[in-house]
Amino acid sequence: MFEKIRDLVAEQLGVNKDDIKPESRFKEDLNADSLDLFELIMSLEEEYSTEIPTDELENLTTIQSVIDYLGAKGIA
Amino acid sequence: MKATIIGTGSYIPEYILTNQELSTMVETDDEWIVTRTGISERRIQKSGDVADMAVNAALKALDNAGINSEDIDLIIAATSTPDYLFPNCSSIIQKNTCAINAVCFDISAACSGFIMALSAAKAYIEAGMYKKVLIVCSEKMSGITDWKDRSTCILFGDGAGACVVESSEQEGVKSVDLHNEGMLGEVLTAKRNENIVMNGQEVFKFAVKKVPETINTLLKKENTDAEDIKYFILHQANVRIIESVAKRLGIDMNRFPVNLSRYGNTSSASIPILLDELNRENKLQNEDLLVFAGFGAGLNWGSILVKWNCHKS
Repeated sequence: MFEKIRDLVAEQLGVNKDDIKPESRFKEDLNADSLDLFELIMSLEEEYSTEIPTDELENLTTIQSVIDYLGAKGIA
Repeated sequence: MKATIIGTGSYIPEYILTNQELSTMVETDDEWIVTRTGISERRIQKSGDVADMAVNAALKALDNAGINSEDIDLIIAATSTPDYLFPNCSSIIQKNTCAINAVCFDISAACSGFIMALSAAKAYIEAGMYKKVLIVCSEKMSGITDWKDRSTCILFGDGAGACVVESSEQEGVKSVDLHNEGMLGEVLTAKRNENIVMNGQEVFKFAVKKVPETINTLLKKENTDAEDIKYFILHQANVRIIESVAKRLGIDMNRFPVNLSRYGNTSSASIPILLDELNRENKLQNEDLLVFAGFGAGLNWGSILVKWNCHKS
């Protein structure tokens, strides 16, 4: 799960895979702005065939929070 | 008969509203606006009517096409910011261009106005009803902008773009792919006598998802490869949307012309203004394949494949 999301995040945000850790914060550590996050969320929606409401964005601040969110939806 | 574009024109008001000036009006700054939108400045029509900009663009398009206004038998104006509820903008264009033989109607389809107008022109011409159609898109977005709302007032600008479409042996305006989803309409609205209200996040997601879809559908319809397209001329809403669409289609950004850094989002006028710039900079050759794609309030979206046949041999 982490590896797959890490690869997706690296691709979307144009950052090095090695710089992405579970605790990495999108905005502060990976330099993503709000529009980057929408694009990332859309890639996740497509990758996992799920819907992530825009309201959830404020809770999805780190890689781990995304893993937890998807896990809670039964995606592992 | 087929439909082909034979001339283009545009008009941009003189007054330049820079990000710097905007930052004295609302809490924002140049760097933030440029990073999030790609916009550095926009034009504002300080005085005059939407129809005045339209007439200017229309006359340039007629001149570029090398025809007289009396030759026009249909005028389609696309605007979401008309001066009058009636007469329609196209009738005012008729009056001020002396297009005495034209039938006139307006299309209201916000940022997809040009796409809708061009598809209507194609249909009328192919049905044999009209032979020379003048399309004019003119928008005074500054008049429906809330200048205290920093999330929207940085985005929009004023301007007009036009083109002439003619009945021809050559198929210039090829396949059309149009969509509408009124159920999602509330994410981008402007009620009468009120300003633009936009849920930017939802509009961004909508555009980034639907525009690649319609372009892929269009290319499949025509059995055309993306590699064969010279330019993808998208509605100029936000450079981040255009970049994201390019990425999703796997096409280099240099085939997506962008002029919104200078004009912002001019709604229906953005595609014909950009087309006119490319035409006047001699960047378009006969036989070039172009994709036009629009998206906006409705919500609506769509794309049109065009083979450029504008230059007389």
